[in-house]
Amino acid sequence: MDVKIERLRESLKISLKGELDQHEARGVLMRFGELESQALPARCVLDLSALGFTDSSGIAVLLGLERRVRDAGGELTVVNIPPQARRVFDAAGLSRVMRFE
Amino acid sequence: MRPINEMTLTFPARSVNEGFARLAAAAFAAQLDPTMDELGDIKTVISEAVTNCIVHAYPDTLGSVRMRCRIYPDGRFEAAVADSGVGIADIEKAREPMFSTGGAERSGMGFTIMESFADSFTVRSRPGRGTTVRFTKRISPRAKK
Repeated sequence: MDVKIERLRESLKISLKGELDQHEARGVLMRFGELESQALPARCVLDLSALGFTDSSGIAVLLGLERRVRDAGGELTVVNIPPQARRVFDAAGLSRVMRFE
Repeated sequence: MRPINEMTLTFPARSVNEGFARLAAAAFAAQLDPTMDELGDIKTVISEAVTNCIVHAYPDTLGSVRMRCRIYPDGRFEAAVADSGVGIADIEKAREPMFSTGGAERSGMGFTIMESFADSFTVRSRPGRGTTVRFTKRISPRAKK
């Protein structure tokens, strides 16, 4: 799985490309760990347009990122969620605890 | 009802096989001409079931996972994912949303996802003997799609 982290002028954009499962989740969470020591922009966007598949590992990854961003005083918005991922996140009620667009 | 086709795969409980297992199951289920959504549901349930074997079944050894898939004349896809690992002492507890004995990359939602994506879903487990998850997914006939 490819994790791309881009610092734009007033926001942070994270893009995931590939399939997200337990095998990949640990590496993705480690990449998010890089964000810990940095001051995060208030607006963080997670772009899932190139996410080919996710299972419940994606729920842990989204919750982990959301907590990290919130702890840094920012807000996470998840955009371009493919239908398969949306079904997984909906089954877990994720849209009630984080912002989907 | 007798299946019109079936296949069985056995592979070591290594996490790299999660992707292999769901792609193999999806390729087999393709014979029923499923929609993208139906195929996505099958891949998701297989991924959860195989991940459970890999994360929980064999804490100290590298055991194996057996996945058997069948398709039936009435359009049902059925899969059984089995391990011969430590088993689940309390299945009701394991099925509770948010309950997990896994690491930070686990959400405790695996069983919830499997239950909501499959048409029928059962778990059989005996401590010390292993766990088998079975599920079916009905593939709608193409004319109605």
